[in-house]
Amino acid sequence: MIGLEHYLIFSGTLFCIGLFGALAKRNAIAILMGLEIMLNSVNINLVAFSRYVTTGDLTGQVFAIFVVAVAAAEVAVGLALIVSIYRNRTSVNVEDFDWLKW
Amino acid sequence: MFWIIAVITLGSALLMVLNRNIFHSALYMVVTFIGVAATYVTLQADFMAAVQVLVYAGAIAIFVIFGIMLTVRGNMKQTNLFSKSAAVAGLLSLALIVINWFMVFRTEWPVSSAAPPEETVNQIAELMLTKYVVPFEVAAILLLVALLGAVIIAKEVKKTS
Repeated sequence: MIGLEHYLIFSGTLFCIGLFGALAKRNAIAILMGLEIMLNSVNINLVAFSRYVTTGDLTGQVFAIFVVAVAAAEVAVGLALIVSIYRNRTSVNVEDFDWLKW
Repeated sequence: MFWIIAVITLGSALLMVLNRNIFHSALYMVVTFIGVAATYVTLQADFMAAVQVLVYAGAIAIFVIFGIMLTVRGNMKQTNLFSKSAAVAGLLSLALIVINWFMVFRTEWPVSSAAPPEETVNQIAELMLTKYVVPFEVAAILLLVALLGAVIIAKEVKKTS
């Protein structure tokens, strides 16, 4: 029998894999991909709670759809920033992005 | 069924993170997104599954692959290396997984035993256009502003002097 706990463990593990990808990578696009995985795992949590805790009330799913909209906006702006930085520096390595460093 | 989906999703997410070729990482990311959509189906959230496939496995995957095509050059096998902080990040993630495991099993969840609704689209539409109509419009404006901003940021800046 699959219950709420299974989904919470699953989404927590997926979140940690995404966190590892976002923290441990050099390529800025790989960091954005890790962020997308993290947002996805949060959505699984929201949908699982709306299925098992507030069954019949779909507020959790509406919230998850808003998260999807914000994630789409975020990835568009993030990739535009990366392309624009690449044009100036010819690099997508976050360790080269240091011109705000003192 | 849940276990197969969970193993495929987590496995492809791990392969995405560990791969050294960023294009292969993007392909594994698509597999992960489709696995998440299958998870929504097991949760009786059919509309969320459709949105997941359309937005993530469709739009965001194309966005990311465009980004890779516009930026990467040189040897593809070394486009997605680990940074200096990889060991610390790995330890932190493992610790978070263990903490999450403990907290989930220690908590008493107020699980309801009611049967889930057969179809969700009608109720989601009603909620979005009555109770959550203001956040809905704000999300629309946010998307418009973000996409316009993305075009302006990515456009080549002409030198005026």
